[in-house]
Amino acid sequence: MTDRALSVVRAGALTTVQDLGRPGHAHLGVPRAGALDGPAAALVNRLVGNPPEAAVLETTLNGCSLRPRSAVTVAVGGAPCPVRVDGRPVAWGGPVRVPAGALLNVGTARHGVRSYVGVSGGIAVEPVLGSRSTDLLSGLGPAPLTDGAVLPLGSPTHLHARVDVAPQPAPPTELVLRVMLGPRDDWFTPEAVRAFTSRTYRVSLASNRIGLRTEGPALDRARRGELPSEGMVLGAVQVPPDGRPVVFLADHPTTGGYPVIAVVRTEDLSAAAQAVPGTPVRFLGVRRH
Amino acid sequence: MSVRALPVGDAALLVEVSSGEEAQALHAELLRRRAEGSLSVREIVPAARTVLLDGLTDPARLAAELTAADVPPAPPRARAVVELPVRYDGPDLADVAAHWGVAPHEVARIHAATEFSVAFCGFAPGFGYLTGLPERYDVPRRATPRTAVPAGAVALAGPYTGVYPRSSPGGWQLIGTTEAVLWDHARVPAALLSPGTRVKFVPTEVVA
Repeated sequence: MTDRALSVVRAGALTTVQDLGRPGHAHLGVPRAGALDGPAAALVNRLVGNPPEAAVLETTLNGCSLRPRSAVTVAVGGAPCPVRVDGRPVAWGGPVRVPAGALLNVGTARHGVRSYVGVSGGIAVEPVLGSRSTDLLSGLGPAPLTDGAVLPLGSPTHLHARVDVAPQPAPPTELVLRVMLGPRDDWFTPEAVRAFTSRTYRVSLASNRIGLRTEGPALDRARRGELPSEGMVLGAVQVPPDGRPVVFLADHPTTGGYPVIAVVRTEDLSAAAQAVPGTPVRFLGVRRH
Repeated sequence: MSVRALPVGDAALLVEVSSGEEAQALHAELLRRRAEGSLSVREIVPAARTVLLDGLTDPARLAAELTAADVPPAPPRARAVVELPVRYDGPDLADVAAHWGVAPHEVARIHAATEFSVAFCGFAPGFGYLTGLPERYDVPRRATPRTAVPAGAVALAGPYTGVYPRSSPGGWQLIGTTEAVLWDHARVPAALLSPGTRVKFVPTEVVA
């Protein structure tokens, strides 16, 4: 093992390696995976001088602790949290030099769910089908981090960042998801479609990288029976038999048999990735342009 | 062929036809258009009665074009047949035989005499939904799914045959076991079966 590596001292609740994911394999049953908050992952890469496709770490709620074996530049973004190097507070949302052997602690999120840790050179685990992303639905890519694991790092590209600190959107206190109805809105009663786009839901505790689950008014179907399995897109709002909408996130199944009432605009999914359980959710109907 | 193109978000289309055969023909035609460069799309995902096209720049124009065009029937399949060695030793063989109204060894004979093709994939990487058995051999899923179905299990549900690429929970009726490796991400291609692949099951042993 070279000294271009990170030791995982504290893995946190769920920390995974993520990049742009592995689109293009859905017809084989392979989810796309990739960072749930894409803009935050892209920003931490820029702050440490990495290309956009470099792999970063995605934490969940309580961060992680890492010890680089050689000096590296890191940047933490996404969900705001305290960041410390050997106990000293350092910048969140900006590049930070971490000496060899020092302890980087990414703390518990003050708001939001997922923080992103970019490291100069990127996380260099072996790619699977062109991506280093962990896919929690099908188990492709590296396993989630565990205490004591060692992650190889790539060589820095010397693409020096042009920014010291960058503004990032605050995690949502209310999640407004713009949706386009269809393809299966006709499987629901007109009252259910109206309720879907006018009532308030809440983010459920059962949400994960596969889907943002919601609690709220159950949506009644106008049609009984089973829908034959069909292809599913990122952002599809699937309604299982309990009538509560589930928004498909990066690790979603590629085919499914519950009707999709609407599809969330891709740009709104990064906010969905940062909505803590209990956050109010409104689905705002927009027209196709 | 009657084709309905439903918009999905602002960059995808769900193209719906009326049968599995038509979906396979439409899928073949869309692959042909992509190969010749007349269709630019990130994902082409066939399923039971539909083909999803994702990553389109002008879905409305393509929708109009597809609903106006004639889709030719699926071309004769030039691809080689993938042979999967199978032991017909599944714990649900007797139940399937009862559904079919035949003796258990007849299930193996009928299944192994059928040429299948992969209609679509899903559920797990490398899991294909294989069609080919006549409708009278449709079987229901098990009332209680198993918490762990072993890798290589050959199973039936509805009109489909499938092979579990790795151990997972599952509700299909298990009729046999194969040693074939359905998915290996270090192999090129990783998936042994992909939509359109022709498949024969070759019995190595019958335990009945």
